[in-house]
Amino acid sequence: MNKESKIATPTDSEIVFGILNNSESAIKRLYVAYFPMVLQLIINNSGTPDDAKDIYQEAVIVLYNKIKKGDFELNSKLKTFLYSVCRRLWLKRLSQMSRYGGDLKDFQEHVPVEDEVEDENERNLQFSKMQSALGLLGEPCKTIIEDFYINNRSMQDICERFGYTNADNAKTQKYKCLQRLKKLFFQQK
Amino acid sequence: MREEELLEAIERYISGNMAADERRAFEQLRLQNSDVDQRVIEHQQFVGLLKQYGERVELESRLNAIHSEIDVHALVEEATERPAWIIQLWRNHHSKISVAASIAIFAILGTLFVAGSLSTKSGYIELVREVDKLRTDIRGGKYRTVGQVVKPAVLSYDKYRGTGFAITGNGLIATNFHVIEKADSVYVQNAAGKSYRAKLVYSDANSDVAILKITDTAFRNLGPIPYTFKKSESDLAESVFTYGFPQDSAHYDDGRITQQSGLNGDSIDYQISVPLNPGNSGGPLLDSHGNVVGVVKARLTQQQGVYFASKSSYLLAALDSLAQDSTIKKPVLNSKNTLSGLSRSQQVKKLRNYVFLVKVYAKN
Repeated sequence: MNKESKIATPTDSEIVFGILNNSESAIKRLYVAYFPMVLQLIINNSGTPDDAKDIYQEAVIVLYNKIKKGDFELNSKLKTFLYSVCRRLWLKRLSQMSRYGGDLKDFQEHVPVEDEVEDENERNLQFSKMQSALGLLGEPCKTIIEDFYINNRSMQDICERFGYTNADNAKTQKYKCLQRLKKLFFQQK
Repeated sequence: MREEELLEAIERYISGNMAADERRAFEQLRLQNSDVDQRVIEHQQFVGLLKQYGERVELESRLNAIHSEIDVHALVEEATERPAWIIQLWRNHHSKISVAASIAIFAILGTLFVAGSLSTKSGYIELVREVDKLRTDIRGGKYRTVGQVVKPAVLSYDKYRGTGFAITGNGLIATNFHVIEKADSVYVQNAAGKSYRAKLVYSDANSDVAILKITDTAFRNLGPIPYTFKKSESDLAESVFTYGFPQDSAHYDDGRITQQSGLNGDSIDYQISVPLNPGNSGGPLLDSHGNVVGVVKARLTQQQGVYFASKSSYLLAALDSLAQDSTIKKPVLNSKNTLSGLSRSQQVKKLRNYVFLVKVYAKN
């Protein structure tokens, strides 16, 4: 890695406080600082730059959630943590593709992160179920649900957007949509 | 309470939009009715998951936006493990290296060739064939394609090979002195592959002439010799040919007399353009009328196409000396030429029985 990126590397506490305060620049600086390290790991272990992107983003999300939950103990550097998660994820991916020869070329020290990766895996499974359930829901239900539960819009806003004559109609519609979404979500294995 | 109203109540409860007394009543209901309690928890979890999902989607799009600003290509270049410099050098320049190597190999071979030629005494190679050398070479696999197949039985004995030709029907054979120079014993083999023991009766190192006599009891008289021996010197550019054993079977080659003197003006020799190879030495050089005009013997190494034969007059002189120096009577040479007027292939056919492969056995 060149000197410029070294100078730009933020300190760990900057990043942690930045993320806790929803700072956009903190996450960007984190992302830019450690991507080359992960790219090096992936492409030198029979991966592509796109694999590196997938793996790295997943790891950043793990780190982000860990910080947000407030249980990130600074017993390892962010860099080491990110590297370890990526390494773990890539090992899993390689063995799924049965391309893993049993020998991963390492570039950094790493720490055990099995639990974090497993938790994240479980969450990802839930999210992908939610994603497909929402996809199957269709319009206008999808937008109503997203507006109300995700984007925190008021029922008043939603009424106006969809042209419901009174709030009760909209509420009934929202209720039906939510019931269908639950059904679709829990139907999936 | 209708389902829809219950849900609305749960949502208001969760979001904290209930008035204080309604809230108390609802909490009371939760305690009493475990079904309602279950619904509250379930709804809380599901909506929580929805929210987290929304956050995740939003986070992913933020990360994608950040990612799109990174010059991944440049980083890939940097992160790719560089192979050793020598491999890179090869990958980038292998065509140039190959060309350079070829040139170097040609240069070395060329130098060796020239130097090797120069180291031979006066660049003049006498064309006796060293079988031992060939044998090792064959064993080493170098000459497999040349077709030098020497019978093993023969291999274990003879060391040099040359050519000889009959002077008289009763078994006098002419060859080169350098062919039999190191001889312990000599055998001559005819076109039919039959070998006869022969002994050296005369040799002259100066004119490079040797006369052998077949002493083998199995030998039968050859009958009249078809060629005659030319006493005078042949003309420049006269068409000549030879017949001999550079390989195991007889070999024909022709050319012309290109100079009436040998190397450095040596008057013993002709220079000829008949291609000669090791094993040709001692063979007859005949003109188109079937006269023996010389005995082929050498080539020049540093020049292409320069070959030598000693003049027939020296052979005749040797025969004169033979009578004086040994117990053998002066041979009566054939005076009737039966090759004259025949086509070249007919002449060669008639020569067959009178030209021999000379096998020389020597102590190491």
